Amino acid sequence: MSEKFEPTIIGFTCNWCSYRAADLAGTARVKYPPNVRLVRLMCSGRMDPTFVMKALAGGADGVMITGCHPGECHYIDQNYKALRRFLLLRRTLAGLGIEAGRVKLVWASAAEGVHLAEEITKLVEEIRALGPLNWPKWDEQAEHQPEPALEVAA
Amino acid sequence: MSKPKFAMYWAASCGGCEIAVLNTHETILDVDANFDVVFWPVAMDAKYQDVEAMEDKSILLTLWNGGIRTEENEHLAHLLRRKSQILVAFGSCATEGCIPGLANLSSVDDIFATAYHTVSTVNPDNIHPQPVFRVPEGELTIPAMKPVLKTLAQVVDVDYYMPGCPPESHQIAAVINLVIQVLQGKAELPPKGAVIGAGNSTVCDECKRKRDVKHITAFHRIQEVAPLDPELCILEQGVPCNGPATRSGCNARCPSVGAQCIGCYGPAEGVLDYGARLITSFASVIDATEPAEIERILDGIPDPTGQFYRFNLADSLLRASTKAWKK
Repeated sequence: MSEKFEPTIIGFTCNWCSYRAADLAGTARVKYPPNVRLVRLMCSGRMDPTFVMKALAGGADGVMITGCHPGECHYIDQNYKALRRFLLLRRTLAGLGIEAGRVKLVWASAAEGVHLAEEITKLVEEIRALGPLNWPKWDEQAEHQPEPALEVAA
Repeated sequence: MSKPKFAMYWAASCGGCEIAVLNTHETILDVDANFDVVFWPVAMDAKYQDVEAMEDKSILLTLWNGGIRTEENEHLAHLLRRKSQILVAFGSCATEGCIPGLANLSSVDDIFATAYHTVSTVNPDNIHPQPVFRVPEGELTIPAMKPVLKTLAQVVDVDYYMPGCPPESHQIAAVINLVIQVLQGKAELPPKGAVIGAGNSTVCDECKRKRDVKHITAFHRIQEVAPLDPELCILEQGVPCNGPATRSGCNARCPSVGAQCIGCYGPAEGVLDYGARLITSFASVIDATEPAEIERILDGIPDPTGQFYRFNLADSLLRASTKAWKK
């Protein structure tokens, strides 16, 4: 590849910590690569593994899941759920040939703008090294047009 | 007046769906009384040319079981779609890929290598099937394998979906009765795209076992838990049971006799990705917060991809492993 590969990364952030960390990084003018598209959730516990699958199937090269540090969840313990889902999801994705490095879990409090920016920078480089994922666009390969509505005449 | 025409076809499947149709007992006689069976390779002799010669839309009802694995499957899917008024994806293979869909975890080359060149087969002459083969009399062809298995709806437009591996016979009988009532003007067809012959909830909803708060500290294979508590939720006893994400309709047949649900009725209503839903539900009830401890508990599920996508891989968001499609 002659041009440098720019990975597309979808980042799921928690409203109470990592989203604010990203905000803080912005107001403090901390630089990080623009490859991450952040999606705000109310909690990392809202992170349905379906979101990650959909991101990867839809063209993302990697996914970043972020949440409050263990013990600091706004909803008591939902970030532990996120941790368990992440670990099980990573094993499942491995069976589909997706490298462990493409999906990452990061804890970042609202005060850790610099830490989040560093983690994003690191992940972008790691995924750049892994190369594009290029999951097939199955739906675009659909070979048929819908049939008109049914009318049964006996 | 001539009777409406009925067809049933099998593609990449095991034949269990046909057995399930025969298991409807005397309802099968209603099929014969109300329909003219024009094409059903497993039950009667008919040639593809006979189907090709039929008028478009001349078959009222086609039950299609099996996934689309070969060029032949694909050709027949298009052909029967053209000839049929109502095309039903019948059974798990047609609706979601089922066990044949698990081959989407391997490349076609690996599948052939395993099937023809390992201990799985006695093959002293090292025969390897070719789509085209020259013999003195001319050229022989067999249908080529497609790179991945597809569900029927991924290839042609489907009117109704009937899940199950195989669909339960009482559900098949109910669907046949419904179609007959529609023909007699006593009932209306469900909206196009509907899932028929199944419930809208989950297997857990139909399961009679007692459920408390789940705190799972270890996963076991079912044969390692002896004896299984006959009253208590199977997942609660640490055996991976796919009930929470699986569509109802079977009356929780497996859990009621002491076996875990393996998910043959496919995703419940509103589930976009079956495996992801199971990951969510299993991970939620693991009783651990330390990564090392969580990993130890997860070691109890030795093949998570197979556990979560046993029936649904070909219809999941990702559909196939990189081995199947990456050059």
